[in-house]
Amino acid sequence: MKDFAYVRAGDVTTALRAIAAEPGAAFIGGGTNLVDLMRQDIERPGTVIDITTLPLDEIEETADGGVRVGALVRNSHLAAHPLIRTRYPVLSQAILTGASAQLRNMATVGGNLLQRTRCLYFYDGAAACNKRRPGSGCDALEGFNRNHAILGASDACVATHPSDMCVALAALDATVEVESVRGTRRIPLVDFHRLPGDTPDVETAIAADELVTAVELPASPIAVNSRYRKVRDRASYAFALVSVAAALEVRDGTVAGVRLALGGVAAKPWRAREAERILLDAPATEESFRRAAAAELASATGLSQNAFKIELARRAIVATLSRLLTDGSAA
Amino acid sequence: MVDVQLRVNGTIETLDLRPRVSLLDALREHLGLTGTKKGCDQGACGACTVLVDGERINSCLTLAVQYTGRSITTIEGVAGGGEPHPLQTAFIRNDGFQCGYCTSGQICSAIGMLAEHAAGAPSAVTEHLASRAELTDVEIRERMSGNLCRCGAYNGIADAIGEVAAAAAVQEVTETGAVRRGSAAGAARQATTAEAAR
Ligand SMILES: Cc1cc2nc3c(=O)[nH]c(=O)nc-3n(C[C@H](O)[C@H](O)[C@H](O)COP(=O)(O)OP(=O)(O)OC[C@H]3O[C@@H](n4cnc5c(N)ncnc54)[C@H](O)[C@@H]3O)c2cc1C
Ligand code: FES
Ligand code: FES
Repeated sequence: MKDFAYVRAGDVTTALRAIAAEPGAAFIGGGTNLVDLMRQDIERPGTVIDITTLPLDEIEETADGGVRVGALVRNSHLAAHPLIRTRYPVLSQAILTGASAQLRNMATVGGNLLQRTRCLYFYDGAAACNKRRPGSGCDALEGFNRNHAILGASDACVATHPSDMCVALAALDATVEVESVRGTRRIPLVDFHRLPGDTPDVETAIAADELVTAVELPASPIAVNSRYRKVRDRASYAFALVSVAAALEVRDGTVAGVRLALGGVAAKPWRAREAERILLDAPATEESFRRAAAAELASATGLSQNAFKIELARRAIVATLSRLLTDGSAA
Repeated sequence: MVDVQLRVNGTIETLDLRPRVSLLDALREHLGLTGTKKGCDQGACGACTVLVDGERINSCLTLAVQYTGRSITTIEGVAGGGEPHPLQTAFIRNDGFQCGYCTSGQICSAIGMLAEHAAGAPSAVTEHLASRAELTDVEIRERMSGNLCRCGAYNGIADAIGEVAAAAAVQEVTETGAVRRGSAAGAARQATTAEAAR
């Protein structure tokens, strides 16, 4: 790992000034992604700004019945919080299926949002990767692409965003609050990550000097009946091949509300708007779930090793919604 | 170079380190505490698990300087008063290892896991998130999935932890309030309080 200067920021203003003054500096939260990438020489910050002692570690109920989560809250603490477990179970479950308990104890909410892809060619300095070295090509197109995208990819990049937490946040209409020396702004989670297009190196909607300060969850009565289902190559401690975050409300046998997002399928958490549109006011039956899943995956394309994920995603959607239908009627 | 002050197993250690030194390398290379192992150096095996203020983390994926002022417990510090930790005894009794390389990480992880469970934390296999999960074999295996064992001693590992967890559960029923030695969660707490007292 290349040497770097270390700065510990005790308050937000110091952190923002430090990053504005140092192009190429990086914030460090839990370090579980950044330290790994620095050791691989993929990230080479000249200065590392430690934000772990910033006072952004609270989980609070907001005036309108939502929840505000500070960017430095640890993943494990968020998953275990009573407000999240009871009101947004899909979020607790998503986090708990990610990484390991040790990593979740270290990982912060901000770091989880900004973690980079796990594409092997992104990690391999000798490989072609447009994300790491724009213009160099993409070795995943014809290579090991089992974990890669089936939706929203481009010829330039087929990497996926690896976060489980973000898939639940996408389904829950969360907002990300970011701050810089220029001020504060809010970005809907679904617009936070970008599809690759011709510029896969531009991954998010935030500037290099912006600090994520919080994530806000709106009040969401429907989320009481919500679930996360993750399909992967081993039962635990593995990234998703496909995952589904869903919430369902049924009234008199009809879908009165639905939230659906997919993970492991695109460069961003994939909010399944088309499926939601088809399901709303439709009979709450497996038949409707199947129709909605098929419509959402209609534009999916498989690569040499991951075409199976299209059918896997359809089935995972149907299974998750069917389970919510049973859970919801039992309640 | 940066000044790093760590309280390791109760002793305050002052180090002068390059910022890039990981907590794992600080413990092993700079403090000579080689009980904590390096398996993958990528967060993927759990061999480097230590406790920070009682919480388990992977020491390989973090900078030592980030933990300045914090209390670290390594495998060298889990035994108390000349007695092995109950988990150490249980690992021996249940054949919870073969080569032993993963064992210090497994034991530190299990101490942290039992404390998390005692505090009511759920896991990915917890069916009812709103209530407290019972520590079944399935729960133990999921909660310990961050610790790989290349020798495949998983059955012994899960049995050892299950045995200590069951003893702790019995204790919780028979006692209210103060926790005595013999309870795993208590022992985890004891390790940190004993350290704080030093
Ligand atoms: C072996 C392994 C398995 C894993 N498995 C999974 C999995 O199954 N599912 C899953 O979802 N994740 C998984 N992860 C990833 C893990 O969730 C992330 O590494 C973690 O969430 C990152 O958080 P952090 O605080 O450690 O980030 P850091 O490593 O500290 O930072 C990551 C990035 O975010 C930036 N950053 C951090 N905080 C802020 C902020 N507040 N504002 C602006 N920028 C910021 C940093 O500069 C850096 O670029 C796994 C990781 C490992 C090592
Ligand atoms: S050495 Fe840290 S997890 Fe493998
Ligand atoms: S005992 Fe050999 S790796 Fe676990």
